[in-house]
Amino acid sequence: MSVILNARGLNKAFGAVTAAKDVSAAIQQDSVVGLIGTNGAGKTTFINMITGYLKPDSGAIEYEGRDITHLPPRAITRLGICRSFQIPQLYSSLSVLDNMRIGLGIVLRNAGLGGYFARDGAPVPGFGKPVEEVAEHLLTRFGLSDYRERNAQVLPGGVRKLLDIALTMVAKPRVLLLDEPTSGVSSQEKFGIMQMVLDAVRAEGATVLFVEHDMEVVSRFAQRVLAFYDGRIIADAPPAVALQDPEVKRHVVGRARA
Amino acid sequence: MRFDRTPLLIGAILVALLAGGPFLPQWAMFMVTIAIARGLVALGLMLLLRAGLVSFGQALYYCLGAYAAGALGRFFGISDIFAQMLAGAAAAGLVAFILGFLLAKYRGIFFGLLSLALSMILYGLLVKNEALGSTDGFNILPSTLFGIRPGPDWVRYAVFASAAVVALLLALAVHRYLRTPLGRLAPAIKDNEIRVEYMGASARHAVHVMYVIAAVLAGVGGALAATTVGHIDPDMAFWTTSGEFIFITILAGTGSVVAPFAGALLYGVIHTTAYDLSPNTWQLSLGAALLLIIVFLPEGLWSLFRRRVSHS
Repeated sequence: MSVILNARGLNKAFGAVTAAKDVSAAIQQDSVVGLIGTNGAGKTTFINMITGYLKPDSGAIEYEGRDITHLPPRAITRLGICRSFQIPQLYSSLSVLDNMRIGLGIVLRNAGLGGYFARDGAPVPGFGKPVEEVAEHLLTRFGLSDYRERNAQVLPGGVRKLLDIALTMVAKPRVLLLDEPTSGVSSQEKFGIMQMVLDAVRAEGATVLFVEHDMEVVSRFAQRVLAFYDGRIIADAPPAVALQDPEVKRHVVGRARA
Repeated sequence: MRFDRTPLLIGAILVALLAGGPFLPQWAMFMVTIAIARGLVALGLMLLLRAGLVSFGQALYYCLGAYAAGALGRFFGISDIFAQMLAGAAAAGLVAFILGFLLAKYRGIFFGLLSLALSMILYGLLVKNEALGSTDGFNILPSTLFGIRPGPDWVRYAVFASAAVVALLLALAVHRYLRTPLGRLAPAIKDNEIRVEYMGASARHAVHVMYVIAAVLAGVGGALAATTVGHIDPDMAFWTTSGEFIFITILAGTGSVVAPFAGALLYGVIHTTAYDLSPNTWQLSLGAALLLIIVFLPEGLWSLFRRRVSHS
């Protein structure tokens, strides 16, 4: 498998706090990678640096052989790296369907198909179907069809999470970063949601990195684990190996269970 | 998707105005023309308001449009109504394009106060400018239409009809814009700008475009008002003028591109009636009207119409 995303020697400090210390990781195309670590270990900082929200103090990020270290978030999104948020970032005054329409409109526009004189019903790049059909398709995939007309503000927590992830899928991401996709979701629902998300994401064809605190979810769904502690990656291995690593046990697993 | 009735509504209003115009008394024609001019400014404010931005200085572009139209007659002897509107649009659009690079970075109260400050700079410049009549302003020649000077009985109707045609065409164009991906971004920017950026769009660019469109509309409105009233002065840029436009926009609501014109007409009626009844305390009546609207129709005048539609 080829490397799609390559982080090399990333460092980031906020004043005296080191959020990333020589973080390097090569992500294989089409893999599913779990990011674990206690709060403040550097997982979200890693995601924020890849998606352009934070600029690393030093180091470089390459995506498909191209340096994206200094690009703004929207440019990185346009290249095919999309993210979801720990706290869902929705257009809360609008309906679920309108949330999807706005996202798909941006995709059309970025492809030069959404200008003032563009005809209605142009096919969305990557899907080959018009906006309304793609919106329905994605809502069905994420089990959101019944909420279509509901205001995003009044959705239950788990549904908000799913809509947040569905919104990242409109651009047909090649790399998808999910920041705690199952936080705030009951433990019974976690596996179901994770399964649905990964099925949907794989069907659209994307490499996935997800932040997760539940080690059972990690061992079930991740092919590879990056364990963060104190801004460093202390283990990079398949879950069966990484979760048995003594340092991971001491700093991550032990604490997560506590 | 539901059938879009707005173009039909706009067409019907246009036909009604053009056909009914000759039967209106002069004062009513004047009132409607002024309402159209103010409605254009409010239409632009509505665009900004959808993105959560309130400009306290839209009179800047209203006044620029008026002075551009006036300058055309004063310095070049051109008084064609369409040339005046075009000059107003061009002047306002150009200035907004330049200032937009600055303003598109700001949100909330900073956007509002910065736009206010810019409009007061124009006011200050005009007051000091002798060539443009200083505080007195100057008079504008009666309008011509494609080189023809309409007779005294028809000049008002000519301006009225031209205003109606141009304003409703612009409303139609804005209506179409609101349905493009860029137009749809406005409420998304209001709700969650971070998400907009993370979906690959530039909120700043979208705001800049909106700002220029709003300015062009205000410029055309200013040119229309100038030629209708026949006189311009720096008060057109004063902050109270901007306040009137915000008043109209809130009165109208953001439900439809037709709403700002209805709001402007209602504003004119309230204003005139209040002034008639109590010349010294008309502001009080106007304030009370706005208060009632905010309390009982928080979504503006247009929500009356929409509510009835959705119930039927």
